[in-house]
Amino acid sequence: MKVQKVTVDSEKCQGHNRCYAMAPGMFKVDELGYATPRGDGVLKTPQDVELANRAVENCPERAIDIVEDEG
Amino acid sequence: MAEPVGNWTADYDIFSPEYVKDPFPIWDEIRGKCPIAHTERWGGSFMPTRYEDLFNIARDIENFSSRNVLVADVMPQPGEELEEEPEMVETYNVGAPPITSDPPVHTWARKLLLKPFSVTEVAEYEQETRELCNELIDAFIDKGRADGAVDYAQQIPPRVIASMLGIPKDMTATFTEWVRGFLELGLTNPQLRQESARNIFMFMNDQIQERKAKPGDDLITRLLAEKVEGEPVPESHVLGTCFLLLVAGIDTTWSSIGSAVWHLAQHPEDRKRLIEQPELMPNAIEELLRAYSPVTMARYVAQDTEYAGCPIPEGSKVLMNFPAANRDPKVFEDPDKVILDRAKNPHIAFGVGIHRCAGSNLARMEMKVSIEELLKRIPNFKLENPDVVTWAGGQVRGPRIMPIVWGS
Repeated sequence: MKVQKVTVDSEKCQGHNRCYAMAPGMFKVDELGYATPRGDGVLKTPQDVELANRAVENCPERAIDIVEDEG
Repeated sequence: MAEPVGNWTADYDIFSPEYVKDPFPIWDEIRGKCPIAHTERWGGSFMPTRYEDLFNIARDIENFSSRNVLVADVMPQPGEELEEEPEMVETYNVGAPPITSDPPVHTWARKLLLKPFSVTEVAEYEQETRELCNELIDAFIDKGRADGAVDYAQQIPPRVIASMLGIPKDMTATFTEWVRGFLELGLTNPQLRQESARNIFMFMNDQIQERKAKPGDDLITRLLAEKVEGEPVPESHVLGTCFLLLVAGIDTTWSSIGSAVWHLAQHPEDRKRLIEQPELMPNAIEELLRAYSPVTMARYVAQDTEYAGCPIPEGSKVLMNFPAANRDPKVFEDPDKVILDRAKNPHIAFGVGIHRCAGSNLARMEMKVSIEELLKRIPNFKLENPDVVTWAGGQVRGPRIMPIVWGS
């Protein structure tokens, strides 16, 4: 069963906080502002996928990605 | 008066009145013709205007150093320098870390700032900012007119940053004068720039000595208590950072607030939308940041390099035209239109890469609060006369005189 997952490349993230502002349920930020997916990052619903795509499109650092994963 | 510009790709002038007033068609022209424009004016520089180029150059810190970030760094003519005591220069010739630092210093210097400027910590100043906005509005609401730049936008950031640093808020007018002297008027007037910088450094140095004698609950005290690799952060570093906080935190945010007011004054449909759909505000702020990005930074070319087939010699200056990148049609659909609910907006108004503006969360909070309060109290305001609005250009673009009226 393949699943889609949202990922954040911590090498690229500069803490703009755009993803967190847009989808606080999907991303969390540490005390310096660097983002990581909440939990396992698995996109469970079409709304999740849409939100993750918006995060991808709005990250100025191109740090966010959606990958296929063996669930 | 400088010669008028005939050729924007080979002889641009970012201080020309035409460019300051309406740079957008000029950027379009350059973007369409020439990836990296060049000029000999103001000490000479190269200027990218395409999003992709700004993105790449900002991230190439090996070739494009931040040791000098001023867009025009005109030196005083021999004999015109300020007379200075050598030990005085010693005291304040400390740069403005981390904006003027390259790694490895940049890495720890930036960390010092990220926490106090995080979303969570910035939120602690929101209520105070809201009260401040209302005090400002109280002072002019019954008059039916105000200057949206001078009486409102310009008043907010200096007071918020003063509050963070624990310095007297009645210094606002003085700070504003110093910062403009350094960053606006001083860019083309080296003596004024030097004098303004000295005033800021001397003032901040006094504040640091005061905090050492009597620690407070403020950012200066906090920076003095920080350690790097087990050692206290050098005092000269704290001084440079305090200088940066004042210079970077005032002109920039006030320009953004002013541009947002300028836009909303002319777009009743956008005002209506924000009043009816307050949840749209965060997205609208991003869009206003994109469309009216205030800041152009510079980079210093650390070694002979080449970009997009264009040779760029060591020692050159590159103007980081983030505002032009944010209107690139390759990335933004209908870039010249302000679309409050724009879905795809990876704007780089705060820069991109390791020098991403450390104060971005504070700037966003101030923009959001100031626009919310203004719309709440004065839902219908317009420009009194669009022709009398003046703009500052160069390093930081925003309205400086902007009479607005309401109520009739």
